[in-house]
Parts: sequence; structure tokens; C-alpha cells
Amino acid sequence: MTDILKIARQFIEAIPHAAAMGMELADLGDGRATITMPWDARLVGDPETGVLHGGAVSALMDTASGAAVMCHPAAPRSTATLDLRIDYMRPATPGQRVTARAECHHVTRSVAFVRVTATDEDETRPVAMGTGAFTLDRPSGVVA
Amino acid sequence: MKRPMPEPVQVVKSRRDAVLARLVGGVPYIQFLGIRFDRRGDEVTAVLPFDPKLIGNPALPALHGGVTAAFLEVAAIIELSWVTLWEDMEAGRMDPGAVGSGPLQLPKTIDFTVDYLRAGLPRDAYARARVNRSGRRYASVQVEAWQDNRDRPFALGSVHFLMPDPMDAATR
Repeated sequence: MTDILKIARQFIEAIPHAAAMGMELADLGDGRATITMPWDARLVGDPETGVLHGGAVSALMDTASGAAVMCHPAAPRSTATLDLRIDYMRPATPGQRVTARAECHHVTRSVAFVRVTATDEDETRPVAMGTGAFTLDRPSGVVA
Repeated sequence: MKRPMPEPVQVVKSRRDAVLARLVGGVPYIQFLGIRFDRRGDEVTAVLPFDPKLIGNPALPALHGGVTAAFLEVAAIIELSWVTLWEDMEAGRMDPGAVGSGPLQLPKTIDFTVDYLRAGLPRDAYARARVNRSGRRYASVQVEAWQDNRDRPFALGSVHFLMPDPMDAATR
């Protein structure tokens, strides 16, 4: 378990774009990943209100989803997004940290399915929700 | 009967460029990603010059899936706003003094679907969007992004938007 956590932390920290956006791995394991990102003026989509751009929230949700796949017990060697659909429910409150919680709820031999939710500091009302399909590159010799 | 002289081409071009710059310039996240827009007449192409900070998979290396998504979304928002403003801009109904001052209201994303066709390479990327339906309140836009070959897109997007409320804009 600690090995998986270590590998996934390295996986996240080695992603230049995740580092550029200030993403931090908060929790991880068993096909679930939580990644947070502080509010940042560079990521604003509406300068009048200071609301983060939807694309920045999408990038966070995509990263959390990929991390959830990587820490699934199937122990994939790598993954890539096949498809991601995101519903934006409300603007993220300016100044607040955004958190994406992703769950890899099903895997087949070569595809992983993920649900992901983004919240700001009010965790009762999601900012965005998404579903994704990811490629799954299993370790060689392992049969599902 | 004498028809009025058409406007000099430079006047038309600078007005269009000013409106496009005003749409794009006010959004910090567009600057963060480094997205530019090329314009030929009414055709707008989003350009994402490669930068190492856009990498999501250093082993390949490949663009971050979130960067690809954000690039498509930005291209779609700008195209929709541009198409919406075009008629007023061309008819001279946009206050020329207002061009370049203050941000314009942008459509809000309702939902967004990305189809990742192949890995984004560590090279420049381009995107063009098409407005399939634009109503008073809702719009549907499709967008595609490619790199070296126009005929081999690496990602497709489909986006639904909530249009800015004109009443809201009037009271600002």
C-alpha cells in the first residue's frame, strides 16, 4: 500500500502541468484519489469575479481521475484519458481551494471507468461532476 | 446614385482584431496556457504553442489531458462569442470607443465532453470550433484540435453553453 502511495505521489509530482497549476495529492488508494489545487489568479476565467476557468477545474479533475486509475488494485503500468465528460454545476468560489475526488469504480482488461467530483470549501454543493473512460495498460503476464 | 465607399481594409481589420483581442485579453487562464488566436476574415484558429509546463506524461512525453480539454473549451468559448458579436461588429453597432476597454461577458460552460483520439505530442496544437446551434439562452458548439496534420485530429470536443444575459450586460 505504501508502495502504491509512493509511486502515485511520484506520478503526480512528475507531471509538469500538475506542478505548474499547484496540484497536491491529498489522499490516495484502492482506486480512489483526492487532489487539491489552491485558487490562483493565473487560472482565473472571469477577471470581473475572479472565478477559476472551467478548463483549470477540468485539468484538476482529469489528473485526479488518472491517479485513481493508477492506484486501482489492477496496478496498471500506465493510463491515458479516452473520454471525459464534465458537468459544471456552479462557479468555484474565488479564493477557495478546489478539491477533486475521483473513484475508479470499474475496470475491464483494457478500460477503466471513473467518476469524479470537484468541490470548493463548501463540500456539500459540488462545483462540477464528471465521468471518464481511461485506457488501462496492465502489467505484462497478468490476465484479468 | 452613388454607393458609399467601402471602408478601407485596414479599418475593418483593426476593428476585428481589436474585438478579438478584447475577447481573449481579459482572461488570465488563456494567458497562463499561452493560447493565441489567428484570424482570417471571420475564421478564427486557436493556437497553443508548445511549452514544457503543458506536459502531462513525461515518459512519452505527451500533453496533459487537462490541457487538451482546456484548449478545446477556450477555443469553443471564443468562437461562440466571436460569432455572436460578428453581426453587431460588422454593422458598426459596437461602440468603437468601447472596443479595448473592459471585459466582455463570456458564455458559461454547462457541460463538456472530450474525445481523446491520440496522445497530444510535444508540439504546437491548433483548434477550430463550429457553432452548431446558438439560441437566446443556450448554444451547442463542436471543436476539434490537431497538430501536424489537419486531417488527423488528436481531440474532439462537444460543449453546451449558457449565453450571457443581455439584461445583465445592460445594467453593468
